[in-house]
Amino acid sequence: MIKVVRGFYAVAYAVKLCKPDVICAYPITPQTEIVENLAEMYANGELERCSYITAESEFEAASILVGASATGARTFTATCSQGLILMAEVLLNAAGMRLPILIVNTNRALSAPLSIWNDLQDSLLLRDAGIIQMYVENNQEVHELIPQAYKIAEKVMFPFMICMDGFKLTHAYEPIDLLDQEFVDSFLPEYDPPIKLTTKNPLTFGSYAPPHCYMEFRYRMHNDMLKAKKVMEDVFKEWAEIRRDWGGLVEYKEGKTVLISMGSLVEIVKDVAEELNLGYLKIRAFRPFPYDEIRRILGDCENVIIFDRAISVGYEGVITIDVKNALYGCSPDVYSFIVGLGGRDVPKDLIVRCVEKVLDRKVKPGYYFEGLKEFEEVIY
Amino acid sequence: MFFAKGHGACPGCALPIAVRNVLEALDGKCFVVNPTGCLEIISSQYGRSAWGVPYIHSLFENAPAVASGIANALKVLGREDEGHVVVFAGDGATSDIGVGYLSSMLHRNDNVLYICLDNEAYQNTGNQQSSQTPLGASTTTTPAGRILPGKTLRRKDMIAFALAHGTPYVASASVAFPRDIRRKAKRAVEFEGSKYIHIHCPCVTGWGFDSSDTIKVAKLAYETALFPIVEFEYGVLVRVKKIKKRKPVEEYLKIQRRFRHLFRHPEGLKIIKEIQRIADENAERYGLDV
Repeated sequence: MIKVVRGFYAVAYAVKLCKPDVICAYPITPQTEIVENLAEMYANGELERCSYITAESEFEAASILVGASATGARTFTATCSQGLILMAEVLLNAAGMRLPILIVNTNRALSAPLSIWNDLQDSLLLRDAGIIQMYVENNQEVHELIPQAYKIAEKVMFPFMICMDGFKLTHAYEPIDLLDQEFVDSFLPEYDPPIKLTTKNPLTFGSYAPPHCYMEFRYRMHNDMLKAKKVMEDVFKEWAEIRRDWGGLVEYKEGKTVLISMGSLVEIVKDVAEELNLGYLKIRAFRPFPYDEIRRILGDCENVIIFDRAISVGYEGVITIDVKNALYGCSPDVYSFIVGLGGRDVPKDLIVRCVEKVLDRKVKPGYYFEGLKEFEEVIY
Repeated sequence: MFFAKGHGACPGCALPIAVRNVLEALDGKCFVVNPTGCLEIISSQYGRSAWGVPYIHSLFENAPAVASGIANALKVLGREDEGHVVVFAGDGATSDIGVGYLSSMLHRNDNVLYICLDNEAYQNTGNQQSSQTPLGASTTTTPAGRILPGKTLRRKDMIAFALAHGTPYVASASVAFPRDIRRKAKRAVEFEGSKYIHIHCPCVTGWGFDSSDTIKVAKLAYETALFPIVEFEYGVLVRVKKIKKRKPVEEYLKIQRRFRHLFRHPEGLKIIKEIQRIADENAERYGLDV
């Protein structure tokens, strides 16, 4: 059924179809309308066998889901920005305890200065957490990714964070081809983990590990995250067969010059790539990182142009760091443009301007801030 | 065994007394949530768990929230008959770092029995003051010095805190009276919603007394009215443990290293007088004297 809805609803409706047992969240712009939609469904009795809990903070919301998930419940929360980093301690703990909590993060910049607008700094800060991170291009993708995310998370036992651009996607009205209950039921099995908190088989969760065994836990976690790639690819293939092909860990078109980005910016980047007859690479999964794919696709090309919307302050763009690392020993020149921080508009002509600078050899490989204004209070 | 031998508690530690009595009173039909702290460290090492009941440790500050999650999940999954959700948390986790989450849990009135095991400081990390550390106590972060006489603030009243949330069952208890702990645990779980029990647990190393004197110290806290033993149902005081012949606070103070400086410090006498005033206030407030 095609319906014109906002990004919020595309998320909330897909979550409802996945029949979560416990939903818990705390309001934050630009996420709030997701959980408001779910609250409305709950109030109207449309969420069967579900507990919707209001928390006193994002930290508490995530903590409640730790308890619920460990008890064997399917769980959901949504947040972003300050809320996500407030949750961080809990989410890292959930990752270590291998709890498949689903988080939708509506990407928003971090304070200070305070900004409610979009960039990718918040979720990329949790890069090393042991949480699967995927970035969506549009609201149809986020809608369809939610059942897949549950299926993957509950197989590999990691928290799963779907990242969608705040405002750019969340507030956008788009015609969405909505999934139906029967389809989701046949795709997504009920969640019944063999290991859970139960008096029938009393287990200890969250034990502490002295130096003689801590490292083995982390090694196992890392290996399992790498192995998750295969599970993800399998689920994506299954989805492609029954519904729509969104690509694998990456989606791409080869070329001598390849433009790279994540999130909703990919749509513009694809347009530019098509017009200028260049390749593009959409990084869908940021963790686990598609190392092999990146080497294979980019290893022999001439120019790699990355559009980054987050920086590692004191180094360079966050995606760039990882892509360059994957390309170690390969030949392409890597150009990185840091754009769109804190919701700064990234129009198509800005992308074109960046690409032309590279193709016209006006810049050397390296990183550049694009779209800066002469703003003397800030830049001096 | 719900809480097995072989845990790593110090000799004379009060915590296992409280934990064993609660678990036995509830026939081990419990989901235990335990924040970071003494109890967690002595019982939950990987491969050596002392717990014979389902147990989860997440973080220092979030035990009430984790417990809410379990309680709600059990309800939704139709598994409530499996057991009670019980938090065992230290005083730091309860009244300092986790107090906001405890407030939230009590506000939602989630079906959880929250037990604070109060040893009056961060004892796991070596006796740093918490908001349960009493006036005058010397801790490593409120040491008695030439000028300062140990801690200069009084304890946060967690019974009043729990009551302020409309919590259906609120009580205090002491390891000096295990039978009372068992009765209160059983009584508590008869209530739907949140239950709060604050159990006084003297600490051998932090407070500085002989490891054979744990119960004696706990009893003196009660006999001096410094730790009143009370019970509220739906906000109404239904029972107090009366004191036959209330002892002066000096008897409690003088047998503990953490208060020893009060008897020679220039400010000591003033502090002791104030501690006695707090005890008198407790006795008056709850009608503790026979």
